[in-house]
Amino acid sequence: MSTLHLDHVTIALGERQLLAVDTVVQPGETLTIMGPSGVGKSSLLAYIGGFLDNAFTASGAVRMDGEDLTQLPSHARRTGILFQDPLLFPHMSVAENLLFAMPRAIKERAAKAEEALAQAGLDGFSSRDPATLSGGQKARVALMRVLLAQPRCLLLDEPFSKLDTERRANVRGFVFGEAQRLNLPVVMVTHDAEDAHAAMNATGGEIIDLAANG
Amino acid sequence: MLRLAPALALVVLLGPVACGLIATLLPAFGYLPALGGDHFTTSHFHEVLHVGGMERSLWLSYFTGLATTLIAFVIVWLFVAGWNGTAMFARMQHLISPLLSVPHAAAAFGLVFLIAPSGMLLRLLSPWATGFDRPPDWLLLQDPNGIALIAGLVMKEIPFLLLVTLAALPQTPAAQAARVANSMGYGRIAGFTFTTWPLVYRQIRLAVFAVIAFATSTVDVALVLGPATPPTLAVKLTQWMSDPDIAMRFAACAGAVLQLGVTVAAILTWVVGEKIAAAVVKMLRNSGHRFVRDAALRTAGAALTGMAALTVFAGLALLALWSVAGFWSFPDALPGSFNLRTWERTLPQLAGPLGTTLATGLIATAIAVVLTLACLEREARTGRTGGNRALLFIYIPLLIPQVAFVFGLQLFFLGLGWDASFPALVFVHLIFVLPYVFLALSDPWRAFDKRFVWVAAGLGQSPVRTFWRVRFPMLLKPVLVAAAVGLAVSIGQYLPTLLIGAGRWPTVTTEAVALASGGNRRVIGVMAFMQMVLPFVGFALAAAIPALLFRNRRDMGVAA
Repeated sequence: MSTLHLDHVTIALGERQLLAVDTVVQPGETLTIMGPSGVGKSSLLAYIGGFLDNAFTASGAVRMDGEDLTQLPSHARRTGILFQDPLLFPHMSVAENLLFAMPRAIKERAAKAEEALAQAGLDGFSSRDPATLSGGQKARVALMRVLLAQPRCLLLDEPFSKLDTERRANVRGFVFGEAQRLNLPVVMVTHDAEDAHAAMNATGGEIIDLAANG
Repeated sequence: MLRLAPALALVVLLGPVACGLIATLLPAFGYLPALGGDHFTTSHFHEVLHVGGMERSLWLSYFTGLATTLIAFVIVWLFVAGWNGTAMFARMQHLISPLLSVPHAAAAFGLVFLIAPSGMLLRLLSPWATGFDRPPDWLLLQDPNGIALIAGLVMKEIPFLLLVTLAALPQTPAAQAARVANSMGYGRIAGFTFTTWPLVYRQIRLAVFAVIAFATSTVDVALVLGPATPPTLAVKLTQWMSDPDIAMRFAACAGAVLQLGVTVAAILTWVVGEKIAAAVVKMLRNSGHRFVRDAALRTAGAALTGMAALTVFAGLALLALWSVAGFWSFPDALPGSFNLRTWERTLPQLAGPLGTTLATGLIATAIAVVLTLACLEREARTGRTGGNRALLFIYIPLLIPQVAFVFGLQLFFLGLGWDASFPALVFVHLIFVLPYVFLALSDPWRAFDKRFVWVAAGLGQSPVRTFWRVRFPMLLKPVLVAAAVGLAVSIGQYLPTLLIGAGRWPTVTTEAVALASGGNRRVIGVMAFMQMVLPFVGFALAAAIPALLFRNRRDMGVAA
């Protein structure tokens, strides 16, 4: 199992430094970046994932398995990401969304997709139009989709903020449970203290509060 | 490959314009060795300026172009300012959008059938109101002042300016600004004009200039509706360019340079007008007048916009009616009988032009769509947009009168031995199709939620696979709509087809316009009907294909 190293990562927008992080995320652990909206906390996920806008300047290494991810194109980094919207591809069925994510080498793909859906409590949903799913169901499909791509770490960008309170705890438990089971290092960005504490209770790990030092 | 796309697009947009302008300028100053012109001279300009009626032709082009633009612009402004955000506005938008696809010549013929002395309007009023039992001897079409020409152009430029404005509106805080202004007691038109219109205008300015360039130099519409003795400059030049006497090419090129001057003069006049209008608006704004009583102006804006749309639709219906009309005497409102004889007689001669129209349009559109997608995908991956300069480049072929560079382009192709070849025809269509395809596709493409691309990258999908499996299918509808726009533009091309095709590649448009002087309404009806129905089929397919493919996908926004 591999550890995620953030070595002296700094991100600035023009003259203004948004954040500076120098830490290690162990497998199964969650690093939480807390702060109000607009302070640029999502830019850290963009930097790790490889889609930081040109307007930002960033430095520092993101290392896993002895590789510096920042030297790889984003699709070769294997950094699974979940946003607050599930972003299921609207032109594909639920199963097609999952098949799209699976690496090509995987055999018995349809069966694997069914299995993943069963695991998420969504048996029999494979041929459904994603638009017909509830918010919580979509969120779970989105997680299964990320996991089927076999990522080596998980990036969460306010992943629960659009769910209602009831579903929220449920989906959150499911996400952290799966991350723990697969021993994935997780980086989460949130403005919600409850998410941060839930992550710490479930997986351990550090909380960096950008509001506190800014 | 992708890296080359923007450069390639620039070559397509600017290369022919530059080559064409140079190849127009040189003969204009007497240099065209192939025709014996081996020294520079300004004599051709003197020659052109001394042709009878030339001053009148120059004035007509300048006046009709500016008047068209001003009238269409004011109507669109009144309509948008007065009604933006209302249910009526949304309904009108649906009514107007299809009009963009109607070729200018077809709309012009429709107007002829409506307002000619023997046209539908007078038939409906005769004899009970007018007392006419024969068409009056009135000069309603091709009037010496170009009023009919202006009318024909205005009704086609209103949809264009309106749609460009609608594309610009979402990028302004129009709704909030209107609320703030209304809460301060401003009337609708004043509130919108003071707060939002300057932001909108900045974005549609190039489109307005393109309207000026088009209206000052149109050939096909002027042939159908414009004055004949003398005609507008562009019509006269096209006659010279097609003259069997090859030496007339020099005069035509010199005249094309004058045409460029006329268009530039019209644009400069407009720019002066902009300054004055801005000063007036500023003065009125600072004066604190609320202009609450704008109901009459609002009504006028909506009525004129609706009238323009209805006129085009009525004209199109008349084209269809004439194409199946049997004996139809004045002042009967309907033909005495209907038959398909005209269609049966015209079909054999229609087949060739129809094939050329479709082949040229589809190939030029396909190339334009591929180039546009490559440029946009390149832009998405590098995060670099060309900005305002790129927008100007895209507009260049639309801002320079066709006459001014297509003449030269014809001579240029002649020199290379490419004239009258099918590839040359496709290429010259591509010059005009590409800007419209790009303008139609770039907004939806850029508005695409990038997070879908990031999610796909996070799932380990390469950019190529992400393009084909995610971005392209999700944007299939705007891609097909842009293709339909491109096809419509290609179908409507008259002058480039006539000159570069050298008469050997007739299309439904060149055939229809060629019939204009003959005056057989039934045959014109068939040709112009085909001209309008082809783009319409394109748009229908652009709507139907995604609806069919994604009928079980609600969020693709196509379910019935």
